[in-house]
Amino acid sequence: MSQADTNPHDPGGLLEPLPGHSSRGRLERILRRGEFAVTAELNPPDSANPHDVYERAAIFDGWVDGINAVDASGANAHMSSVGICALLTRMGYAPIMQISCRDKNRIAIQGDVLGASAMGVQNILCLTGDGVQAGDQPGAKPVFDLDCMSLLETIRIMRDNSKFLSGRKLTSPPNVFLGAAINPFAPPHDFRPYRLAKKIAAGAQFVQSQYCYDVPMFRDYMSRVRDMGLHKDCFILCGVGPLASARTARWMRSNVPGVHIPDEVIKRLEGAEDQKKEGKQICIDIINEVKEIEGVAGIHVMAYRQEEYVAEIVHESGVLKGRRPWRKEPNPADELVAARMEEILEEPRQIPHELAGAATDSEAAG
Amino acid sequence: MADQPTKTTQASLNKKAATKTAYKPSGVSPTGRKARSFAIRLWSVRHSRLLEWFYAHFADLFLLLHPMWNAIGYQRAEAPVKFVEKHVKGFLFDCRMCGHCVLSSTGMSCPMNCPKQLRNGPCGGVRANGKCEVEPDMPCVWVQAWSGAGQMRGRDNILAVQTPVDQSLRETSSWLRVTASAAARREAEATPGAPQ
Repeated sequence: MSQADTNPHDPGGLLEPLPGHSSRGRLERILRRGEFAVTAELNPPDSANPHDVYERAAIFDGWVDGINAVDASGANAHMSSVGICALLTRMGYAPIMQISCRDKNRIAIQGDVLGASAMGVQNILCLTGDGVQAGDQPGAKPVFDLDCMSLLETIRIMRDNSKFLSGRKLTSPPNVFLGAAINPFAPPHDFRPYRLAKKIAAGAQFVQSQYCYDVPMFRDYMSRVRDMGLHKDCFILCGVGPLASARTARWMRSNVPGVHIPDEVIKRLEGAEDQKKEGKQICIDIINEVKEIEGVAGIHVMAYRQEEYVAEIVHESGVLKGRRPWRKEPNPADELVAARMEEILEEPRQIPHELAGAATDSEAAG
Repeated sequence: MADQPTKTTQASLNKKAATKTAYKPSGVSPTGRKARSFAIRLWSVRHSRLLEWFYAHFADLFLLLHPMWNAIGYQRAEAPVKFVEKHVKGFLFDCRMCGHCVLSSTGMSCPMNCPKQLRNGPCGGVRANGKCEVEPDMPCVWVQAWSGAGQMRGRDNILAVQTPVDQSLRETSSWLRVTASAAARREAEATPGAPQ
């Protein structure tokens, strides 16, 4: 456990702000220190039970530096990313809040950013979002008021200039580490590095890529990114994930927008006796290949419905090099809650019907 | 790619559950489609260099006419100019009259035709054949934009980050707006020190 990630004056307190850091979060510290970061994606529950979120997050304990709280991924309604982040920050996790432009206009988004930062969210990932046609409610009205680029710029302006998009002043800015997504596997391939440059210009400090199953294509992309010097301005996390079976792989590549799976991967899966195990092995092999590519600062593990494998994948690929990433991150509200708990416990309890009884007794006596 | 039968999804179930009647809308899309065929839009992208040249001279002409616009009154000129602009650009680019025209920075491919109305580049969902994620028969607006921008003199304009659309300018003439602001800039330059 690294000592650099505790507050020297108060081990339970908030991390001290470091020069050149835009957030007080652990993910930014780890990336800026040059360590290989691991993030994972939490499968959002279709329920109103907070324990569903806690259970799903507990799987990642001690294995990841950040948990992505997805915002209605694939245009399917789930618990909102704001809600998940509220629960996760309460428990001391370090969430990466995703905001997609599909469902909210600029007014709602700016409000959510302030709310999230107030809850203790240190990382925000800006996405455009899948089209509504991809989800379970294709009749919904797509908003797309901002796009991922103008969303990045909006939050950067809020953070650095303490202003809303309209120019109205903020009394305290949201100090967040800004992220974006990249997809090196979709055409137009020669535009993709320029698009990353645009995202960096708009404010992206880290990026997470789409599922990488085609390492040569990713390597090619990274070499162009290095030629442009972009890996020095931005931390690039490569997205990986285990495939459950050849059938799922086929389904994913024809139904999930933007996923590119080469035939060789599917052939390798088909040839295996235990396809699930082979899928995990492919994922580990890909991690071992991409971690050697210059400019890759970490991995983002998206093990949809196979979250229990994240720990194994991270462990077996050895990317953490013995580091244990997760520690409970203190929340600015913790002290207030503790004070309130004391107040609740110390004050004599007043029970309404007893009070009422006492009142009638005294009336009867009088 | 889709060589194997795929699992049923919620979307396909919804589609199946929809009542079957004689009338089937031809292109159901969340954004509403401007056109069924994309031939003219693609022609414009192929001839982006020519259109860029034409547009530059056209803008100069409009600026020359600034005294005339001023005499008529920009307000009064708006309706006829908007009519012409809407139909010319509608024919050439499937223009959506966002009032915030960025064609010169997007290789003469109108970004408002993107179902996600992206103004800063392609999303991650572009299909391997260069078609749109949302509308499988439409060539991705941004794949087209990139090829169009490659032929243009201002090929680096596509790399600038665009601000979000001002929705209050919808259905207004961007030609007049650009001309008026260029004229104002020119006057400000001519009289340095004057309050802006």
